[in-house]
Amino acid sequence: MKRQLSQIALAASLLLVGCASAPTANPKDPWEPMNRSVASFNDKVDDNVLKPLATGYRNVVPDLIQTGVRNVFNNFADMWSTINSALQLKPLNTVELIGRVVVNTVFGIYGIFDVASYIKLERHPEDFGQTLGYWGVPNGPYLVLPLFGPSTLRDGASLPIDFAVSPTQFVNDIPTRNQVFTLRLVSKRAELLKSGNMLEQASIDKYSFTRDAYLQYRRSQIYDGNPPDEEDSNDDPSANPVPVK
Amino acid sequence: MQTLSSISCRFLRPFVGALLAFGVLTSPLAADDTPEAFIKRLSGDVIDAIKADKSLAAGDINKVIVLVDQKVMPSVNFLRMTASAVGPNWRQATPEQQKRLQEEFKTLLVRTYSGALSQFNDQSIVIKPVRAASDDKEVVVRTEVRGKGDPIQLDYRVEKAADAPAGWRIYNLNVMGVWLVDNYRSQFAQEINAKGIDGLISSLADRNKTNAGKPTGK
Repeated sequence: MKRQLSQIALAASLLLVGCASAPTANPKDPWEPMNRSVASFNDKVDDNVLKPLATGYRNVVPDLIQTGVRNVFNNFADMWSTINSALQLKPLNTVELIGRVVVNTVFGIYGIFDVASYIKLERHPEDFGQTLGYWGVPNGPYLVLPLFGPSTLRDGASLPIDFAVSPTQFVNDIPTRNQVFTLRLVSKRAELLKSGNMLEQASIDKYSFTRDAYLQYRRSQIYDGNPPDEEDSNDDPSANPVPVK
Repeated sequence: MQTLSSISCRFLRPFVGALLAFGVLTSPLAADDTPEAFIKRLSGDVIDAIKADKSLAAGDINKVIVLVDQKVMPSVNFLRMTASAVGPNWRQATPEQQKRLQEEFKTLLVRTYSGALSQFNDQSIVIKPVRAASDDKEVVVRTEVRGKGDPIQLDYRVEKAADAPAGWRIYNLNVMGVWLVDNYRSQFAQEINAKGIDGLISSLADRNKTNAGKPTGK
């Protein structure tokens, strides 16, 4: 199995080199042709499997349980955020996150109830990709991962580390672990159901709209919602648009 | 003592009178002098309108368009938003093309985001203090939509505009770290490179037609 995986990885990386930049390529997305095909694969999986599952989950499972499930996963995520927050030398957020995890684990019964939010302890989601970004590791090319969706070379490479500490890894029994993983995925997808197919409706090219939104969103996350202006905004003609007569 | 106070009264009276007159004259503007106050009033107006009319919250597209035209558009520099989304190619567009681009882009945005109005019920908006000098012509106003779940970041770029109803106009919008106008730039450029400005206009028109056939939001 391991051997097979490494062969697939090798084949994939060869594929990446093969796809390298067409002349008009977006500098942030040199692997666009490959990314586009993975994105359309993901869309098919979503349409046929994930979205129906999430819709069923939303319609059948009582709201209270849905919230509880989400809170437990969030509590695990908060633990990992705490460590990453510390790695990014953010003492205030780290202390707040420790408070959240302790309060929710103890008083929220293993995180089922989000007591911490009631007492104004806020979430500060951090992952390993953000930690690398904080210390100056560049995004690298945009990368669409099968099943996981939009990412970058940096974020994709740090995903195994995020994964190693995710709640699924604390389950030893493989079938149960897969169930926990699926539940996490379905719960996450169910949260996004209410935004509908907004990405498709809002854009004339869903792929590049999603890509640009993801890259902006990650950049904003790394700067905690307050990124500096990008350099290329100088050639923005909007400051003096030619008026319509 | 009495003489002293009457003297100061006599001297001060014209000044007080002038101050009062100045205050009365400027008060309609003064209420909106700061960009925070402008955003606060605008979002308050929109929220009140949604609360007052259930069909708006349900995403009734025609009513949303009326609301946007009456309350929102006078405070938005939509010319600047469209020009910025189109990028350097904007200067090559004819006035007629520029007009069509603005119309189609506006329809696209209004139709897409009218669905988001239905999500809005018991949230409140917190406006963060603006960090800018008082004479800045362009300012970022940061707000947060708070309700169930994590707060949603919602920021506005506003520019000083003497002819706008509140003295300010919005020219960009940031939802959860994503600047809206910037996010259209590369796909618009891509479309123009492939099919020209008319190609972009017809792609936008097609998208709007497809969207019109579908219910929004849900």
